[in-house]
Amino acid sequence: MLMRSPILRPELLRIADMVAPSSRVLDVGCGDGALLEHLARSKNVDARGIELSQAGVNASVARGLSVIQGDADTDLAEYPSRAFDYVILSQTIQATRQPKVVLEHLLRIGRFVIVSIPNFGFWKVRLKLALAGRMPLTGMLSHPWYETPNIHLCTIADFVALTDALNARIERALAVDESGDVRTLSTPGYWDNLTAAGAIFLLARAE
Amino acid sequence: MSTLFQPLSTLSGDVGAAIGESVTFDADRALKLDSGGEIKPLTVAWKTYGTLNAQKSNAFLVCHALTGDQYAAGTHPITGKPGWWQTMVGPGLPIDTDRFFVICANVVGGCMGSSGPHDVDPATNQPFGLSFPVITIRDMVRAQAMLLDHLGIEQLFCVAGGSMGGMQVLQWAASYPERVFAALPIATAARHSAQNIAFHEVGRQAIMADPDWQAGDYLSKGTNPRKGLAVARMAAHITYLSEAALHRKFGRTLQDREALSYRFDADFQVESYLRHQGSTFVDRFDANSYLYITRAMDYFDLAADYGGSLAEAFRGSKTRFCVVSFTSDWLFPTIESKKIVHALNAGGANVSFVEFETDKGHDAFLLEVPEMFATLRGFVDAAAEARGLPAKARA
Repeated sequence: MLMRSPILRPELLRIADMVAPSSRVLDVGCGDGALLEHLARSKNVDARGIELSQAGVNASVARGLSVIQGDADTDLAEYPSRAFDYVILSQTIQATRQPKVVLEHLLRIGRFVIVSIPNFGFWKVRLKLALAGRMPLTGMLSHPWYETPNIHLCTIADFVALTDALNARIERALAVDESGDVRTLSTPGYWDNLTAAGAIFLLARAE
Repeated sequence: MSTLFQPLSTLSGDVGAAIGESVTFDADRALKLDSGGEIKPLTVAWKTYGTLNAQKSNAFLVCHALTGDQYAAGTHPITGKPGWWQTMVGPGLPIDTDRFFVICANVVGGCMGSSGPHDVDPATNQPFGLSFPVITIRDMVRAQAMLLDHLGIEQLFCVAGGSMGGMQVLQWAASYPERVFAALPIATAARHSAQNIAFHEVGRQAIMADPDWQAGDYLSKGTNPRKGLAVARMAAHITYLSEAALHRKFGRTLQDREALSYRFDADFQVESYLRHQGSTFVDRFDANSYLYITRAMDYFDLAADYGGSLAEAFRGSKTRFCVVSFTSDWLFPTIESKKIVHALNAGGANVSFVEFETDKGHDAFLLEVPEMFATLRGFVDAAAEARGLPAKARA
């Protein structure tokens, strides 16, 4: 197999930074497997994936990754508890039918959970809705309302509230700006809820 | 069509010369069967492609389907056609004979050199016929394991196969997990469905309804139930295709005529095609073998051997799996593959699952599906790397 150095979105590099070497990783919604391959090559992780799209699964398996075709909403239940060190859900939770159930499963399956979200509280989003009165289109939210896969959008503050409700501990949190640069998310994050285009959370179930 | 119905006895001589290699085990190494019986002495016929490396770590077992045999690649000695997996097995193909030592054995119960109902029973000096014991998928795999012992191969790098071959792959992974580094079950199921048992029963009844079947004793009576076997093959062949593929290939096109005949000739191309499939099949296959092998598939229910839990069959498995299905396969539909994947996941196994979009039906695993080749090549190459097999030198 050829050695590739996949070009990752800056956000995926930040996620990769959160993963400890030689750990077991499940990437839910792994796309074409770029993040998993990066983790397998650079951190020697045992990399597994779930992907809904046929093309993504085929591309991932062709890269030599262990990926199954499946749906986060229906197929996470079959995974045993604590089967992975990290479960990653990158830019996907807002597209699931039951984000709370999905997050509960992630916290059950992984010792740690890494979730990245687009922030619907971002000032540009608020401004477009407030001033133009139209559904906002931004870099992270680029689909018009009638064909967006994002059916459960939230703000950073909303997501933090959900982690509280699920008794999940936030180990680390990063605010992501539009260019992909990150900074540590301030707590409780009111300012970042306005200024960050997205966020990345490292979660663990509170024991 | 009648010219194709030559007696099987003339065929048997060809088979004897063409089985590749075979081994007959000593009588003290009988094959113990799930039925409680045994095959003694056991003969296994096989073909190999490629070269076994010094570490014996590049052995790649390919398991054939219901009507296949050990000729996965190369030219089939009876039909003169390419081996049944010519698309996958060969130099530079996903199962690369430049890298791997590919082994394909005729299943027990088969008719290409391994022990089967056509063998002569030493007790009676007549062919066994229906006194041959009923065999199972697990019996087939046991016989293959004996062959590997004979060849001095401890661990297989990979076991691959489609349909009944896929059943053997699953059985291998469950029965001998430490002997299987990677497993590639394609278009298969962990148990045969009621619908599939029903189709098989139609085929068996077609054979048994042929007067030339002679209650299974056709070899000693000098007959051959060619018509019954041909009908069984015709019915089964429909199940290997899809409605879309049949329409694409034949539609309602007429065969060698301008108008309907208002008779029962093969007016339609699809009729002519099926008749051809039936008549060429009987030239290379034994009717009683067809009964025994379909029975083995019907009896297959892997979970039943593990307290009803398929996950238990694979508990703690270190094998790397790639489970494959096809969108238009209604004989072994994707849901059957998903059940396997669910069980593997529940057991914490390393598994990939790919469903390929094609209209070619169940037979897609034997056909040109370029996307499948690219994906399976990725799986095999990654497994080879993990096994420490050297990458192929690139030209």
